[in-house]
Amino acid sequence: MSASTKTPGGAPLEKAAGRAMTSRVVRAGAVSVRWEPRVAAVCAALALFAAGAAVLVVGSGDFPISPPDVVAALVGQGDRATEFIVQTLRLPRAVTGLLVGLALGLSGAIFQSMSRNPLGSPDLIGFTQGGASGALLQILVFGGGAVAITASSAAGAVLTALAVYLVAYRRGGGVVGVRLVLIGVAAAAMLQALNSYLITRAELTEAYEAAFWLTGSLNGRDWDQAVPLAIALAVLVPAALVLSRSLGMGELGDDAAQALGVRVQRTRLLLVIVGVGLVAAATAAAGPVPFVALAAPQLARRLTRRAGAQLLPAALTGAALLACGDLISLHLPVAIPVGVVTGVLGGVYLAWLLAASGRRGMG
Amino acid sequence: MLSSVRKPPTAEPPPKAAVPRRAGRWGGLLLLVAALLLTIVASFAIGAESVPFGRVLPSVLSPDGTQHSLIVHELRLPRTVLGILVGISLGLAGAVMQALTRNPLAEPGLLGVNGGAALAVVVVIGFFDVDEVLVYVWAAFAGAGGAAVLVYAIGARGRGGASPARLVLAGAAVNAVFSALTAGLMLLTPQNFNGFRFWQVGYLAGRDLGIFWRVLPFVVAGVVLALVLARPLNALGLGDDAGRALGARPGRTRALGALTIVLLCGAATAAAGPITFLGLAVPFIVRALVGPDLRWVVPFSLLLAPVLLLWADIAGRVVAPGELETGIVTAFVGAPLFIVMVRRGRTREL
Repeated sequence: MSASTKTPGGAPLEKAAGRAMTSRVVRAGAVSVRWEPRVAAVCAALALFAAGAAVLVVGSGDFPISPPDVVAALVGQGDRATEFIVQTLRLPRAVTGLLVGLALGLSGAIFQSMSRNPLGSPDLIGFTQGGASGALLQILVFGGGAVAITASSAAGAVLTALAVYLVAYRRGGGVVGVRLVLIGVAAAAMLQALNSYLITRAELTEAYEAAFWLTGSLNGRDWDQAVPLAIALAVLVPAALVLSRSLGMGELGDDAAQALGVRVQRTRLLLVIVGVGLVAAATAAAGPVPFVALAAPQLARRLTRRAGAQLLPAALTGAALLACGDLISLHLPVAIPVGVVTGVLGGVYLAWLLAASGRRGMG
Repeated sequence: MLSSVRKPPTAEPPPKAAVPRRAGRWGGLLLLVAALLLTIVASFAIGAESVPFGRVLPSVLSPDGTQHSLIVHELRLPRTVLGILVGISLGLAGAVMQALTRNPLAEPGLLGVNGGAALAVVVVIGFFDVDEVLVYVWAAFAGAGGAAVLVYAIGARGRGGASPARLVLAGAAVNAVFSALTAGLMLLTPQNFNGFRFWQVGYLAGRDLGIFWRVLPFVVAGVVLALVLARPLNALGLGDDAGRALGARPGRTRALGALTIVLLCGAATAAAGPITFLGLAVPFIVRALVGPDLRWVVPFSLLLAPVLLLWADIAGRVVAPGELETGIVTAFVGAPLFIVMVRRGRTREL
């Protein structure tokens, strides 16, 4: 991981310039951006990969459409039947998948970086379980429809996050990353127990249906899910990217970050809001798709070979993971929800990366 | 910390200042032994049909066919001894796991152990159509062991060997694959789902005493290993290089530590299903009480965990009509307790 280190402060730039992959600071007035060729290349490759997988997803189904025809239909150059199938029937699912992956990867990167622990991802600190509890209560106890399930799942995630954050808050000390994670893990355990309780006490058919939802699925998603998700992300993604600069400094530790001029508590609060918003939006759209938020940031770190928060690469990795998982789940002979595929895919890939980096003595 | 790893406690007289603290710790251990005994009696006595405390001992020692005697022998004895065994296993496994990975969040769910056990059980339910509890037990054991070996093999590749961070990530990766496969198999048919949804909540009630005898040897082996490993793990807590300088062998210690975890977690999950949170919370509470020295953390965890698990089981019998599964109670009682401790700032980073 230390093969190509970042260049703090820009001072040792000359020294680093001799290496193959270096970073430069591009300045335009008050704005400065670190330009890192490897990161940019990885991002471009991930985006292309995700888009390609999404095109194939749109082409898959009872009526297969070739990738060139899909692209033609997307830009309005196809015949009317194909355009209807692509734009109305299948595109929402592909878009929802990409956006859910984007949101989960990004929120995972935020929480892992903030807690300085790969286990600090929203799957493990209760937000996902909270979303699941909200949906389960709606499905099994109140018997609401699809919209009600979506709403109560988002509400469950937000309420859990609020509770975890409030309990972790302490006057004077504010919220410390490790404490937030520990309390989140406790909340996750309680909510998981609640979910198990609900599942074991319910009628078999209802519980079975709920279990499908709990695995994370993209089946039957239309624009009603995709559009609100897109609107939420249009606000949250830029906010996350702006905040990410302070996030990198926060990883140095609270005191060091404060010394560098980061207002730690305010930044953390804003980041939690953004991260929870992302999880809530994603869970509402597709159910608690497991493992993307945990794996995507770790994969992105290893792909870009950078330490610290890699928000954009993590988000794109999440999108690629989900699009790819959806494509595979569409081509399996049995109906398997996308969450199963992302779990297997992300897990195997992460394990392979770990083993491969071990051989090179990295990681 | 340094002084605690240099020599075993009996080899030289401890420094003067340490005497009262050590006396306090021995006192604490005695207190825990007393608490455990009291808990065991309570576990025999309390339930839907309560047995007077005075009648517990006579009923256990001389079964006389009365209703109390039957309740104690048929219902309360199996779940109590099983609770002790499972509690010890989970508490110790958590302590060893957290020391090995140097991560205070490590717990049996993490290193892929529960995931492996669950996958094996769902395979048995789905493909072999057996409904025998003992088959589940062995399947869970094999799954837990296989998963832990896999995690260790992935984490241990490369120059540095199984570094803590790599183990945790490898565990998360394997766990994700297994739980995804479990979900996929479970959702194939409603029958699979129905069999699995009850297994996935850990509980002690209604388990046969035969399970106890079958997992006992594994637990005993795991406990012995954990006690022996306390000192080498202490040395590794200082980092690999410092540990090596103190005579520790990181590779061997980690491999034995992983074996301990497999034995203990495998036995616990096989015997009672996945019981969450105990393995995380017990070492955490113990560290807050006695500090990070594993020579104390291990025995304290060994005694505290069964006390907590049995009380969770007792609570599950009385709070709800019908009964609440032990695994649900441990989460609902343990988590708030844990939160209170975290909020009081008694977290110790490893």
